[in-house]
Amino acid sequence: MRATVLVRPKPGILDPQGQAVESSLRHLGFEVADARVGRLVDVELTTDDRDEAQAQLERMCEQLLTNPLIESYEIAFGAGA
Amino acid sequence: MTERPRIPVVVFPGSNDDRDAAQALEGLGADAPLVWHTDDALPPGTTAVVLPGGFSYGDYLRCGAIARLSPIMREVAAFAAEGGLVLGICNGFQILTEAGLLPGALRANASLSFVCRDVPLVVGSVDTPFTMRCESGQSLTIPVKHGDGCWFADSELLAELEHDGQIMLRYGAGTNPNGSIGDVAGVTNANRNVFGLMPHPEHAVDPLLGSTDGALLLGSLVDAARLSVGSLV
Repeated sequence: MRATVLVRPKPGILDPQGQAVESSLRHLGFEVADARVGRLVDVELTTDDRDEAQAQLERMCEQLLTNPLIESYEIAFGAGA
Repeated sequence: MTERPRIPVVVFPGSNDDRDAAQALEGLGADAPLVWHTDDALPPGTTAVVLPGGFSYGDYLRCGAIARLSPIMREVAAFAAEGGLVLGICNGFQILTEAGLLPGALRANASLSFVCRDVPLVVGSVDTPFTMRCESGQSLTIPVKHGDGCWFADSELLAELEHDGQIMLRYGAGTNPNGSIGDVAGVTNANRNVFGLMPHPEHAVDPLLGSTDGALLLGSLVDAARLSVGSLV
């Protein structure tokens, strides 16, 4: 089963990468109010059980894929590469 | 008091200040063997552990996030839980926060630039194994060199750490090189036996390096480790 984990800096956390992207987009002439940069992790799990996969992915996020102090995550199934 | 306290320095793949740290500690009177990250035990007679600077695992995912899963880190965590002294410098600080042994998190510098320069630091509490040789409020000059040194804690956590005196090192007013909250350069855990800092004391132990202020911090650790040897006997 394939899943995609989206990791974002939590609201209120300074995101200098996002600021740099936002300012560069403006430089290109785009009208942008804000941009935030996160991370995407595609995971291929061996289980076909959706609930089991969800539980495993949540544990992955808590133990490694995110730092809960500064990042939030979102799990999507069937998306990604 | 001629005993050389054993203070191993852990080497992760991508560590690059391990030998500098060991040399500085040896010069200050410690026995500082290098320990590989896959070792499953600290050397016998260990009185303190240093996690050195560098770029463990290429800073993949988040700085320190992979290294903290190394076999040796289980031993370091157990050692710290028993009150053992643990010092993390730069990448070592990042590993300790990722491991949950120190509060807060370290993120990309606000400027997104790598900074490499001497910075003035102000010492907080001196009643700790890492600052015994300093005076309260003393100003130290020690270099930083990092791209991800922006320490973050939310306002509640920061207030708690300030109240408990865990902010042991701050950048001098107006000199914060990375945008860290509260100008924090180094913090301890609640028990004050684990300390992490972004500046590199091991690069400031000889007049040839421009400053010897780093020796005050590392020398404090050697003194404290020597005292703990005495208490074991």
